Amino acid sequence: MIRVRDLVRTFGTHRALDGLDLTVAEGTVHAVLGPNGAGKTTAVRILTTLLRPTAGLAEVAGHDVGRAPDEVRRRIGLVGQHAALDEGLSGRQNLELFGRLHHLGGPGAARRAAGLLAEFSLEDTGDRPVRTYSGGMRRRLDLAASLITHPKVLFLDEPTTGLDPRGRAEVWQAVRRLTGAGTTVLLTTQYLEEADQLAHRISVIDRGRCIADGTADSLKTRAGADRIDIVVRDPAQLDRAAAVVGGTVTDADRRLVSRAAPDRLAALTATVTALTAADVEAQDVALRRPTLDEVFLTLTGNGAGPAAPADRPGPTDSDSASDTETETPA
Amino acid sequence: MTPYARVWTDSLTMTRRGLAHWARQPGQVATALLFPVMLLVMFAYLIGGGISVPGGGDYQDFLVPGMLALTMAFGLESTMVALTQDIDRGILDRFRSMPIAPSSFLIGRSLLDMLSSAAGLLVMLGAGLAIGWRWHGGPAQALAAVGLLLLLRFAMLWAGIWLGLVAGRPEMVQTVQMLVWPVGFLSSAFTSPATMPGWLGAIAEWNPMSATAGAVRELFGNPAWQGTSWPAGHPVLLAVLWPLLLLALAVPAALRRYRVLGR
Repeated sequence: MIRVRDLVRTFGTHRALDGLDLTVAEGTVHAVLGPNGAGKTTAVRILTTLLRPTAGLAEVAGHDVGRAPDEVRRRIGLVGQHAALDEGLSGRQNLELFGRLHHLGGPGAARRAAGLLAEFSLEDTGDRPVRTYSGGMRRRLDLAASLITHPKVLFLDEPTTGLDPRGRAEVWQAVRRLTGAGTTVLLTTQYLEEADQLAHRISVIDRGRCIADGTADSLKTRAGADRIDIVVRDPAQLDRAAAVVGGTVTDADRRLVSRAAPDRLAALTATVTALTAADVEAQDVALRRPTLDEVFLTLTGNGAGPAAPADRPGPTDSDSASDTETETPA
Repeated sequence: MTPYARVWTDSLTMTRRGLAHWARQPGQVATALLFPVMLLVMFAYLIGGGISVPGGGDYQDFLVPGMLALTMAFGLESTMVALTQDIDRGILDRFRSMPIAPSSFLIGRSLLDMLSSAAGLLVMLGAGLAIGWRWHGGPAQALAAVGLLLLLRFAMLWAGIWLGLVAGRPEMVQTVQMLVWPVGFLSSAFTSPATMPGWLGAIAEWNPMSATAGAVRELFGNPAWQGTSWPAGHPVLLAVLWPLLLLALAVPAALRRYRVLGR
């Protein structure tokens, strides 16, 4: 459904895309994952005909974005980084406006707007100005606006950036419903967890190139062994705990010690035994797969990481994993 | 749908979008309409007393045509603000990713701004009448005066579209907002350029706004500023030529700029 080969886009001397390759199969959700400035938005802008490529091939739904932009536009929906909505108008008016621009006609646009408001649980607030909407509601309306003509391919550029956990959950749920309906979705994100939650496949990009591609599981496998996390009750015992289990202190504030666990359960048993023998009291001992953060670090080999901790949507790793579990309906 | 019908339908939809805005925000519309009225009242009653009308006559009769021209010229700002907001909020990106007639965004904007300017002009004419301004020419001349004012607005509109597309960000608008004031006052809108230092007066005489103000004074039969220079003698001709020249530059520049967005 999307085919990108050796795509290059330069801005002056800066190569925002430097030979990007990407293939997205029909009906799948594909996440493009990478840090700020990796070229995610540039790629989306080219695929949605907003930006011309400098070189390379980019096809969406069988049409070249440069040669047949109108054909592409007929088949796509775009949800950009900022909710592209008319703040002064109501949700319904916004949807009707976009419906008219898609030549549904007045009554047709009104019908479609009503249907989408219902589908995105915005019926009650549909006639209030968008200015009064919460972040999550705006995004849902934005999503609804991009679906007016049932696009074959939907582009979501960092759909949950800037949302609180509740808004994020709302958007995730909406995206999951779409994929149930067979829409091909390409989403960009800085949040590994988001890619993990939503996408069938993930392309990790860095400095305008794809550096890894696969399912979340395969990427995690590439990053190496499973890990064991130990939360030590007494901070004074952190170093001792790390020494006896053969791991490192990964987060002193959270009193966290981690070690590799190539043989999984055997390692877990050995860890608990070692801690007991050394008289270190552990609050929690958990076996887990590597996080995509660790995957990213392994793949890029630099410490940049996918997102600076300051602009994370919520607590990292274990905390956010547990709060998403409750949100996952499937 | 033929391409032309598509351009027309899409442009009207864009205009309709603006009209829906007005209906939703009557306060904003009222502010926009009343701000020039406030300026007019300020000049008529607070400052006007100290200004002598060149060649004698009522200052109100001199002032109102100048204020009308100023209001039209300042329309540049509102066009720019509206455009940069659409760009900044990603609304233009969404329109550009949709299969709509590419020019409809700009045509819709210009239709809408002309509608609002016509409304603003009506309000200002009413306010002028209320403070004692009268026209002394015939209805045909009065219509011609209104036509020249709207022509100036149309030219400023396209200049605003071009500047908005070039600037792209609302912050840039502030610079333009600051600059329109000296440009607006460096004209014959409020006083005769003859009272200004020589070289400034010369610039003021050639200011396109002065041409429209002068032409409107002539057509309304209001007192004009006395001058022996060529622009002082040919205000109507200049009030036609200046906006046409501006349009000849701004329209192609704006369309070109719009086409190459994303290059």
